[in-house]
Amino acid sequence: MKSTTQMSEKKKDMLSGYLYIAPFFIIFGIIGLYPAVFSIVLAFQDWNGLGEMDFVGLNNFVVVLQDPLFWKSLYNTVIIGLMGTAPQLIVGIILAYFLNMAVIRFTNFFRVTIFMPYITSMVAVALVFGVFFSSSETALANYVIGLFGMDPVSWKTSEWGAKIAISLMVFWRWVGYNTIIYLAGLQSIPKDLYEAATIDGAGKVQQFLHITIPMLKPFIILTVFMSTVGALQLFAEPAVFLGSSAFNRDEAMTVVMYLYRDAFNLGSFGTASATAVLLLIIIVGAAALNTWLTSGVGRKQKRRAFKK
Amino acid sequence: MRKSKGLKKGTLPVYIVLWIASILSIFPFYWMFVMATRPSAAYNSIPPTLLPGDQLVENFMKVLDTIPFFQAMWNTILLCTTVTLAVLLISSLAGFAFAKFQFLGKNFFFILILLTMVIPPQLGLIPQFYLVSQLGWLDTLLGAGVLFLLNPLGIFLMRQYISESVPDELMEAAKLDGCSNFRIFRSIVLPIIKPAFATLGIIVFTLVWGEFLWQFTVLRDPASYTLQVALASLNNAFRVDFGMLLSGVFWATVPLIIIFLIFNRWFISSITEGSIK
Repeated sequence: MKSTTQMSEKKKDMLSGYLYIAPFFIIFGIIGLYPAVFSIVLAFQDWNGLGEMDFVGLNNFVVVLQDPLFWKSLYNTVIIGLMGTAPQLIVGIILAYFLNMAVIRFTNFFRVTIFMPYITSMVAVALVFGVFFSSSETALANYVIGLFGMDPVSWKTSEWGAKIAISLMVFWRWVGYNTIIYLAGLQSIPKDLYEAATIDGAGKVQQFLHITIPMLKPFIILTVFMSTVGALQLFAEPAVFLGSSAFNRDEAMTVVMYLYRDAFNLGSFGTASATAVLLLIIIVGAAALNTWLTSGVGRKQKRRAFKK
Repeated sequence: MRKSKGLKKGTLPVYIVLWIASILSIFPFYWMFVMATRPSAAYNSIPPTLLPGDQLVENFMKVLDTIPFFQAMWNTILLCTTVTLAVLLISSLAGFAFAKFQFLGKNFFFILILLTMVIPPQLGLIPQFYLVSQLGWLDTLLGAGVLFLLNPLGIFLMRQYISESVPDELMEAAKLDGCSNFRIFRSIVLPIIKPAFATLGIIVFTLVWGEFLWQFTVLRDPASYTLQVALASLNNAFRVDFGMLLSGVFWATVPLIIIFLIFNRWFISSITEGSIK
């Protein structure tokens, strides 16, 4: 049926297809796939980056898993992650809900100001908060909590001070980002759903629970997924906040800092790679668990499948 | 009830919450500016100093004495621009292929790209560092930028945008006129996807501008520092001069604030484009 010119046209298209996706896959092979595989291989070797590699089986994993500092760093990462991201999602939904109310004036002004923290780099945030939460008794943060009758905290050297300060940085930087994503979600909900609910006599709270939350679910799943992955990769905020002593202390040591310290301060590429593999497992596990938990939200409510 | 100036009943608490959120969002920017204009000691004053002072120039001079600020700014701009352009090219070509051509294994390759998004960047950190050091790219912008060329999200955005906005009829007509596929890309696709370029460009530019871990790992020589690495190094002195420190942060943040205020709609739509598709 097909003429020969069409056939050659098809072949040309195939060739173009491969040619155009080639740059990505060449780069992916060299700096994505190869390092990932190399890391997994390295996790079973003893290597300082210079001499011969020495196969040690599961020993690196045993070393890491028996190191109290690894567990401390995992604990810190989870605590800071929870404190930094969970409130962020709730506040984000509330802010987005308010911004979406038709009567609100200056919506664009609020959107811009609330989103602004996101454009600052993590380093800048960590440095500004580092001054705000300095350990000095006269730090602005201590002045503020003093207004509420609280005693000054040495933010950078106390177990909870450091965690709270870092969580607040994460919160401050990302809450607007999530707000905007939720706002986009809210704006995709058809207005007639609310009108119908109002006619049926549903109150604001009922509408929020039975329309807004279920319709927002895909966006909630997305933000929970991204926050989980991001929180487990925390590095710049604690490392910069604590300055040069960051890697010598454990109040805010995160898993990625632990990995970095093993590799680049102690020269133990093998155990650092084992940590990287463990981190991969933790991230995939946590992301899957959180996504599964979030998809349970509002499962019983009837809702229209979200489709763009 | 109170209906003056359109303030409807019950919206007052909403405004209060939004104002508080706005003020808390921009206060650190303002305070950063205040500290950048004050001597370090101002930081210790009680009650806190909340009005700008007169040390704006002095503090910035101290920054210039401590880190090669302009060099770092230049390195950052160069890095961000080059990486952004390269990612736009790589992504639009691949997006074009995925949107408009039929080839064997297309779905497989596309799913592979999906999977690359799941790998946490730290997994490959050590081999990537080793690779870059073997290539002699430590302390170079090539070494600092190469990882960012891998941007699966860009391909998603481009594929989506191209399949929606480039009509098949237009491509077929061009083919009948004897246009090669690359010519179609250059003279038909590129002009149509300018808005997608703006969106992806903003995503990549801000990503590279703000990234720290990788740059901190490969850039050890102060002459090669990007802004983030240079700023972080300001914090390592035994006694940090806070006025100087926040002056550095302030001047490193100003360009991005200006770009943001000009293009805020693009920025805000870019994150929803980037995440919801």
